[in-house]
This record gives sequence, structure tokens and C-alpha cells, in this order.
Amino acid sequence: MSAEATTPVIAEVPSFAVTLMVRRYNPEVDSEPKWQDYDLTMYGTDRVLDALHKIKWEVDGSLSFRRSCAHGVCGSDAMRINGRNRLACKTLIKDLDLSQPIYVEPIKGLEVEKDLIVDMNPFYQAYRDIKPFLIASDKPEKERIQSAADRERFDDTTKCILCAACTTSCPVFWTDGQYFGPAAIVNAHRFIFDSRDEAAEVRLDILNDKEGVWRCRTTFNCTEACPRGIQVTRAIAEVKQAVLRGRA
Amino acid sequence: MSTPKVHHHQYDVVIVGAGGAGMRAAIEAGPHAKTAVISKLFPTRSHTGAAQGGMAAALANVEEDNWEWHTFDTVKGGDYLVDQDAAEILAKESVEAVIDLENMGLPFNRTPDGKIDQRRFGGHTRDHGKAPVRRSCYAADRTGHMILQTLYQNCVKLGIEFYNEFYVLDLLMNTVDGVERPSAVVAYDLATGELHVFQGKSIVFATGGFGKIFKTTSNAHTLTGDGVGIIWRKGLPLEDMEFYQFHPTGLAGLGILLSEAARGEGGILRNASGERFMERYAPTIKDLAPRDMVARAMANEVREGRGAGPHKDYVLLDLTHLPPEVIDAKLPDITEFARTYLGVEPYTEPVPVFPTAHYAMGGIPTNVKAEVLRDNDTVVPGLYAAGECACVSVHGANRLGTNSLLDINVFGKRAGIFSVEYAKTADFVPVPEGAVDEVLSLLANVRNSKGTEKVAVLRKELQDTMDKNAQVYRTEESLDEALAKIVELRERYQHISIQDLGQRFNTDLLEAVELGFLLDLAEVLAYTAKERRESRGGHFREDYETRDDEKFMVHSMAYKTGDTIKLGWKPVTITNYPPMERKY
Repeated sequence: MSAEATTPVIAEVPSFAVTLMVRRYNPEVDSEPKWQDYDLTMYGTDRVLDALHKIKWEVDGSLSFRRSCAHGVCGSDAMRINGRNRLACKTLIKDLDLSQPIYVEPIKGLEVEKDLIVDMNPFYQAYRDIKPFLIASDKPEKERIQSAADRERFDDTTKCILCAACTTSCPVFWTDGQYFGPAAIVNAHRFIFDSRDEAAEVRLDILNDKEGVWRCRTTFNCTEACPRGIQVTRAIAEVKQAVLRGRA
Repeated sequence: MSTPKVHHHQYDVVIVGAGGAGMRAAIEAGPHAKTAVISKLFPTRSHTGAAQGGMAAALANVEEDNWEWHTFDTVKGGDYLVDQDAAEILAKESVEAVIDLENMGLPFNRTPDGKIDQRRFGGHTRDHGKAPVRRSCYAADRTGHMILQTLYQNCVKLGIEFYNEFYVLDLLMNTVDGVERPSAVVAYDLATGELHVFQGKSIVFATGGFGKIFKTTSNAHTLTGDGVGIIWRKGLPLEDMEFYQFHPTGLAGLGILLSEAARGEGGILRNASGERFMERYAPTIKDLAPRDMVARAMANEVREGRGAGPHKDYVLLDLTHLPPEVIDAKLPDITEFARTYLGVEPYTEPVPVFPTAHYAMGGIPTNVKAEVLRDNDTVVPGLYAAGECACVSVHGANRLGTNSLLDINVFGKRAGIFSVEYAKTADFVPVPEGAVDEVLSLLANVRNSKGTEKVAVLRKELQDTMDKNAQVYRTEESLDEALAKIVELRERYQHISIQDLGQRFNTDLLEAVELGFLLDLAEVLAYTAKERRESRGGHFREDYETRDDEKFMVHSMAYKTGDTIKLGWKPVTITNYPPMERKY
């Protein structure tokens, strides 16, 4: 390592007490959702997902939530944590305000199936509706040539993991479930601005619909919510521009 | 509890698993046969998406390279336990596999002249070990993510039918004309608790790995080896289960993967005193030695007191000499992991790392057509496996980085092609009487068990014993300890209780079922590791420190017979490369 680089000491954060308030709802037995509190002892590198696992594994096995990779790449565990959409596996507990309980509830605008699990089907349908696949008529023998600059043009929107944090943070989506929503537009952007793709016009037509890009009110909730750091609002703005003036 | 509703389906090709291998198979099968993909997750949640560094192919886009060099590296990297005919196919078909993905839309990084860019990776060399070669095709450090997305996108394009959040829990076999063949799989629908019988002319297993038998692992919570476990319970063999890969650079204490691409781009491993210790272990290619060697070297540095940190229990991955713009362009995700989870800034600070359980070289034995084997030579007609759950064997005793994303594409595609070919001429095999009985009793046993044991406690004890006794260093004694512990845990597993007795999204119930598979596979791993009294690739025995080609130049084949394990051996296919000492 260079002379200046120092050996880092992983900050040893001592254990701390935390209260989790979790929105519980099981339609098999509950008439309506309710808040349930859990007092837990957690540690320095623990994430909200670890706290949920602690509840599930030590307190109440019926607590239900989706999760898989546990490091922010599979997109299973988007939820509303202290009023903000985040991935539970990417939210370190020590970074939250521990003087108050941590509120955990399902993402909004999709029907709750059980506890933190929502029906994702309308979200996936909007994604499928924008034709999320390369459409190209040529049959190259080798790879298509694409310049590094052309590749860079849509780099940001290739990061999407379909977690729905953006779409379910959008006030327009909350009031109008028919709106395609930020994630679908992000995935349209990924192909509209790919120099290899030939169907930009088709997707722009789809998004020029009354439930398309024009419903976006530019509140930036989506950009703040994206756990992958995608500039979602900018992508939507670029799609709006393309609808008006064609792909730049 | 009332008996759950049972639904019946018929498809020509039934694919279990929607990761890279399963979806690559579906893309071949879908246009030619009625195809269903059944997955315990929504497809883009699959763990292929966590793969980072790249996919090997001798495109020779940036420097001289060819498939023969790639074959040699794969064979040598696997410590000569690789079946060389399979490795040749892997290397030869790699170029087409990468081009397929690009043509499907995968946004690879590009060279200045617009071709697919390539970078270095461990064990991939020019001209049989002379120097590292740029063979890995990549999309930043999210190549797996881009492969998974691209394959799913193309499945959407083709209108492939998916059954998501369906847990396959049983494979039904039936004997026709004296030959046992697969008839159907039985799946549990997580949303409703109902059962579905999927009858298929061909059935493809692409169910991934089982890293959750270990505590420190790069694997997802859902990687519990259900598919491999089902095959095991059917009395079909598992091959080379003792060979498990520990990836050198997991985030210390957490196991989250930091791609080998970090070293491919110039990152260096250092011990507490700042020494580049890989120079002592692999003088020619240093930090780009194969994973088994690097992982052992790291563990050895820590064992001999040269580890870093307050407890001297990790080493350091140093990227501080790389320009920040290179880090941002080529390693953005993994440097963010270091920031998010450890609060370390890779621009200026080295990152604490330690080996993490990563990849099963062994699994369901298949031939190069992805057909599952019932013994050393005989195929099970109509049953296929591909990807991490399978053992072809292209990885032998140690897989090279970037060869797994290649494996799922090459052998996933083959599984698709050959399963369709079979389904075109085969009839459905009748579903046996009492099709769902076994699954019903499996679920009822868990639901009705009223003991005091907790699934999470047993799972943690299993993971602890596997980390302690069956990791980078193993001995007869440590493996005996693991086996004794597994026997104890198996007994206690009979006395678990779960709390959720409902039908909807009952993950409490499924976690208990998954633990059963983990116990089975951990036992096979520890047992075969004990019986292989030599050191080879990822399997290192301190009591037998050298490779013993006279006795052990063979694949292990483990069979479940009643409650015991029967072990057989299978010859390695050698074409061009006689075993040599493995030095880098």
C-alpha cells in the first residue's frame, strides 16, 4: 500500500438496544394491519435485515418478508424504513436515529399480501409492457460494435435491480396504480438509448400514453429511493425529451 | 390441517430454477417445446446476479489468446480433476456463448474500437502459464447482474412461462420398460400453500448451490441446495461433493463477495506489515493465482500471526494505488460494498478481507449433454442438470474465476437443446400413484412437530461446525467432529417446532424444510472430504498434504443407501493434459 495509506481498524461499535416497530398483517387472521414493537440488541455491522431475521428466528417465526442475497444486488427486500424506501440489507442500523423506534412497513401502492410482502405483479407487468429487451433486426456473426461512449450513454439505467423502491416512493403511483412508474421508465431508457436497439420509437409511443412519462411530477422521490444510485428522475426527463424531439 | 389443493400441469420441458443456467436453457427450449420454468424466487432475484467479475472466453479482442490455452488453464486450475473433454467444450463454446449474450443485448464494456473488452483473472494465462492473459469479458463489476437481466429480458421477449416463488420439493420417478425415468416435479406455492405437480417429458435441474451450509459465505439466504438435495434423496449419486470453493476476498466478518476483478485490475493482497505475501506462494502470477491457493495463503498468513486488524484475523486488499477513475469505472459496486458495510474508503484505505464459502465444484453428475448420470456411465433418460448444481466436471477440484458464468451459459444452453431433442420423441412418463404423498408428509412432519428445538439454532450450529471443521483446512479429526455434530443435529431436527401454521407465504415452514436439505448436503460434503485422503485444489487435508494421483485421481460418487452413505469412484477423462505438479 502507499506510504500514506493506513491500516483501517473496523470501527468496533458496541452492542446497542433498539426498538423495531413492524407493520404486521396476515389476512388469514387479521382484519387490519397493526404495528408490533420488538426490543432487540444489535451490533455494529448489523443491518435492518439482520434485525428482521432476529425477530423471525428468535421471537416470532411468522414474521414474513422477502430476502435473498443480503447485500443489495437481488432487489428482494425493498421496504419503507422510517418513512423512506430502502433495501433492508443495505441499511445499517447504526446509521439510523436510535433515540427513537425504527419503523418498518411494506412499500406503498401495491397490495399487502402478508406483513412486509406485497403483490409485485402490477409492478412486473409495467416492466414487461415497455418491451424490456433488445430489438434489432441484424444478425451479426460476431459482437455488434458499440463505442465506449455509446455504451456509457445508458450505463446508469442498466444498474436497475427491479426492487420497486423508486416506483413505490412515487406519489403519482400511490394515487394512480395505472402509471407505468419510474422503474418501467428506467428500463425503457436502458433500451431507448442503446445504440444497438431499433425500437426506441415503439417504446416512446408506449410512454407517450396518458399513463406514461407525462404523469411524472419531478418530485425526485424515486432518485432518493434508488438503492443503486440511479439518477431516475434524470432518466425520466431524458425519455420525456426523446418523446418530444426523438432520441438524441 | 386440511389437505392443500393440488394442481396438475403438463409441459414438454420443465426447468427447475431461474438463474443463469435455467433461463439459458429456457431460451433454447421455449421456441421449440412447451416449456415452464419453476423458481423459488422471482427470476432476477437469482444469485447469478451477484456474480461480478466476468465471463471467460478466448475472444482475443485485446491480446493473443485461444481456446486451447483456456482449456489447459481450466484443467490445471482444477488440479487435474477436470474431465478434459468437458473442459474442451467449455472453452471452445465460450466464444459463441459470449457473442450470444451480446447479441441478446448484454451491455459489455468495450474496447476503444468498440469490441467487447477483456481483463485479467486468476489462473487464466497466456501459453500454458507464462503470464496472465486478458480473457474475462465483463460489464463493470456487475457481469452476473447483466447476464441475469439479459436472459430474463429474452425470456420475456419469447413469452416463457414462469412459476415464481414455487419451491420444488420432490422429483417423481417412474419405471417404464424397465428403465427408471423422471415423470414430474412437485412444487409448493409460497403464496397459497397449495401444491402443483408439473409433469414433463424432460426435466432440467438448474437449482444453484448450497453455500448456506457454511456461516461465512458469499451465497444468498436462499441457496440451500434444495435441488441437489432432492436428487440425493432419490438415491441418485452426487459427484465430488468434497470440493467446495472458498473465495479469497470476502468482506471480513461478513463474507460479502469482492470480485477477483479487483486483483485483475491490479489490486494487491497484503498482510499486517504491508507485505505482498502472494509473492512467496505464487512467484509468477502472484495475486492472480487460482482461488484455492490464494485462500489458503491468506488463511495461513492469519494462522501464523501476520493477520491485520485488532484481532489479526484478516488480510488487506489494497486498491489505493489504482486511480479513482479506474475504480469507479471498473469496480464501482464492490468498492461501494466496502463503504456501505465496513465504512472503509477503498480510494485511500485497504479493505479487510478473508475467504468466504463461495461455490460448489461438485453436484449432480452429468455428461457433456447435461444428462444426469445414475452411476459412472448410465444416463437417466429425460433428466438434465446444469450450472452450479451440476458436476460435468469442468471445474474439477477448483474452479477458475469467470468459468462459472461461462458454465451456466454453455451447459445451460446444452441442457435446453438436448432436453428439447429428447422431449420431441419421448412420451410423458405416467405420474405415480400418490404423487404428492412424500411432500405432504415432509410438510406435515414439520408442521406437526411439537418439540423445543428451533430451526435457526440448528442451522447456526451446522454453519458453525462447517466453518470450523470443513473450511480451507481440514483433517480427519475435524471432519469427524463435523460428522458427529451433523448426526446430533439430525436427531434434534426431529424435535423442531415452527410458529407459523398458516398457508400464506409461510417462510417459517420453508426454512425448516430447507434446513433438512442443508443437513443432508453438509453430511455428504464432510463424509467425502474425510474419505479423500489427499490434498487437491479446494480440498486441503493437513494430515495428507500432497496430491496423490495414484489413489485419488478419480471423482468421488456418493450414494444415499438408507441412512448411510455409499461411496464409489469414477475415472477422470484425460485427453491432452497428463497430470503435472501445479505451480504458478
